[in-house]
Amino acid sequence: MNFWFSEKHTPNVKLSIRVDRQLYSGKSEFQRIDVFESPEFGRFLTLDGYMMLTEKDEFIYHEMITHVPMAVHPSVKQVLVIGAGDGGVIQELTRYPEIEHIDMVEIDPLVVEVSRRYLPKTACRLDDERLTIHYEDGLRFIRSCENAYDLIIVDSTDPFGPGEGLFTREFYGNCYKALKEDGIMVNQHESPFYDADAEACKRAHKRIVESFPISRVYQAHIPTYPSGHWLFGFASKKYHPLKDLKETAWNLRGLSCRYYTTTLHKGAFYLPAYVEEMLEDVEGKY
Amino acid sequence: MKKLSQERAPIYEALEQFQKMRIVPFDVPGHKRGRGNPELTALLGETCMQMDVNSMKPLDNLCHPVSVIADAERLAAEAFGAAHAFLMVGGTTSAVQSMVMTAVKRGEKIILPRNVHRSVMGAMVLCGAVPVYVNPAGDKRLGIPLGMRTEDVERAIRENPDAKAILVNNPTYYGICSDLRSIVALAHRHGMLCLADEAHGTHFYFGENLPVSAMAAGADMAAVSMHKSGGSLTQSSLLLTGSAMSPGYVRQIINLTQTTSGSYLLLSSLDISRRNLALRGKDAFARVVEMAEYARSEINRIGGYYAYSKELINGDSVYDFDVTKLSVHTRDIGLAGIEVYDLLRDEYDIQIEFGDLGNILAYLSIGDRQREVERLVSALSEVRRRFCRDKSALMDYDYIDPLVVLSPQDAFYGEKESLPLRESAGRICSEFVMCYPPGIPILTPGEQITDEIISYIEYAKQKGCSMTGPEDPQVEHLNVLKGGRK
Repeated sequence: MNFWFSEKHTPNVKLSIRVDRQLYSGKSEFQRIDVFESPEFGRFLTLDGYMMLTEKDEFIYHEMITHVPMAVHPSVKQVLVIGAGDGGVIQELTRYPEIEHIDMVEIDPLVVEVSRRYLPKTACRLDDERLTIHYEDGLRFIRSCENAYDLIIVDSTDPFGPGEGLFTREFYGNCYKALKEDGIMVNQHESPFYDADAEACKRAHKRIVESFPISRVYQAHIPTYPSGHWLFGFASKKYHPLKDLKETAWNLRGLSCRYYTTTLHKGAFYLPAYVEEMLEDVEGKY
Repeated sequence: MKKLSQERAPIYEALEQFQKMRIVPFDVPGHKRGRGNPELTALLGETCMQMDVNSMKPLDNLCHPVSVIADAERLAAEAFGAAHAFLMVGGTTSAVQSMVMTAVKRGEKIILPRNVHRSVMGAMVLCGAVPVYVNPAGDKRLGIPLGMRTEDVERAIRENPDAKAILVNNPTYYGICSDLRSIVALAHRHGMLCLADEAHGTHFYFGENLPVSAMAAGADMAAVSMHKSGGSLTQSSLLLTGSAMSPGYVRQIINLTQTTSGSYLLLSSLDISRRNLALRGKDAFARVVEMAEYARSEINRIGGYYAYSKELINGDSVYDFDVTKLSVHTRDIGLAGIEVYDLLRDEYDIQIEFGDLGNILAYLSIGDRQREVERLVSALSEVRRRFCRDKSALMDYDYIDPLVVLSPQDAFYGEKESLPLRESAGRICSEFVMCYPPGIPILTPGEQITDEIISYIEYAKQKGCSMTGPEDPQVEHLNVLKGGRK
């Protein structure tokens, strides 16, 4: 049988993954949701036909979006996670005992339901007692939050469709307001490689730079995302992602990771020349 | 022949049929279905260019409709509860002007509120009618003009029994309605016509629990901006008439100024939008109302802003309020509406309809989605957090009672000279001065210029309002009538 999932990474480039079978297909108020089983990547989740995660490479994304800020901030107690209906970020966060409470704001209840049913490997900690799930628009939720969180993780989809509001100046400004005086915001920052993604990346960076005193970008290699080269944003009111890295303290925790190490943490902030230039262009305007 | 019903869209159907016939064009337009202008075709798309055709037998003629355009007008009349509907392609400006020019001639009086759209005043320059202003009540706190009080209209009628017509905004830009039914009754009792500028009221004909529409209130004519809340293409509009009007005469008036090359893009957009509204308008506007109510409650929760609604109703100068309008008073955060308007665009990539000195208006319509409403509310919350300041620096707005000395036509075409703005006080203005948007005149031809008006113009300029009308685009000089002080 010749059964492939294909996603266009640009109008002229596509990535195809051979599929064994489709486990789920449904449509929520917000988007189309599909889960497939594949020989190479295991199960994978797509929203409106765009790859969200695969069982094989999700650890890279989830470790990098979680452990980088956790190794910098000395005492994270209150966390806000926007998006993340698949549970991957929650799984990493719940490994930290000092976290007292996590608010997760996911717009689409069906994503959570489907993840619980078909992606148990990532959704396994969605019942953690420290977690409260709010099903609403992230932009709306955060509007009324002030000085409430040590860490905000923005695990958004792409900047079109339901996730669009999470790439806006008003959203980042609201995040700033919602963070405590030493709070950190980490966000999914798109890819610098293909033109359309790079444009989104620049726009997001520009708006974050305008909203936060410290704003740096770091990278990871995620095979199933367009170009495989993916960025994250580290925005902070006080801590610098490298100067304030608590390397020894984090390593003493003894958390085992498959991608993240504190050495990699340092390296991840050293970006290719063309990416540096692209980001500086944006920063230079302000 | 299929029965004519609201499911039909005669112009659209005729265009589809026309495409299939593959007629060879040796007529205008010269782009010949887009082939002669590939760049434009790439921009607008082939379908669009193929639909850009000229009047011809199978497609009828807007100047003298006998087939598909006549059918489309009949359906529009039925959908809007009018005796006759005219499809308009020159914007609601042309609908308003045709309405005014049908009702009044040179030297005849028309009673109207001061906060009319510039198109009404333009019509008076063209036809020579004389305005009799009814001072719209003002809301001191919000700094906006309200509707006309029925008693004020009554007084104007008493003082001007020879007036031919009364014009009513239904609603104003801000969503405020006068007691249209009573005004219509008053007008008719005194042998006058009642005209409604419904540039912002298309949805009244289809939504539920909205203010009364002009046709339902018994008005004689209404200019309806289908392209605003109705969803048709920019520049398309409707002129509706009641049973007392002669459709033939109205058509003659329209043809004085309307193009003889009516765009089929505009005409078909009117046709399809009318069908959509007739079939689905009720539900669509219920959703718009729901979104507007949600946005209002969220904006009022931010603090500092005041998104107003039906609580303004006072049975008189605010007889009803259009809840689809999202008008927000901004002065309590120390920012003029125009400043918030600019911040939303420059900092947050959000374009709203207008900002005046004390208010903004965000236009909600059948095309809006919840997620954009969330962005607007969040951006307003951020504007307050980042830019809020002491409000004492803002000027109070007061209604400025105009002093009409000459008819707009006599003043506009009269002997004039240009004077520096500051030196023009006491003189008779011969041109328009408007803040745009909302396009409501500060000065019209034939009015006396006062120090108060000059200060207002200077303040509005300084706050970044776009001023239009005068021959001098910088509005540093004004054209005034020769012949010194009155």
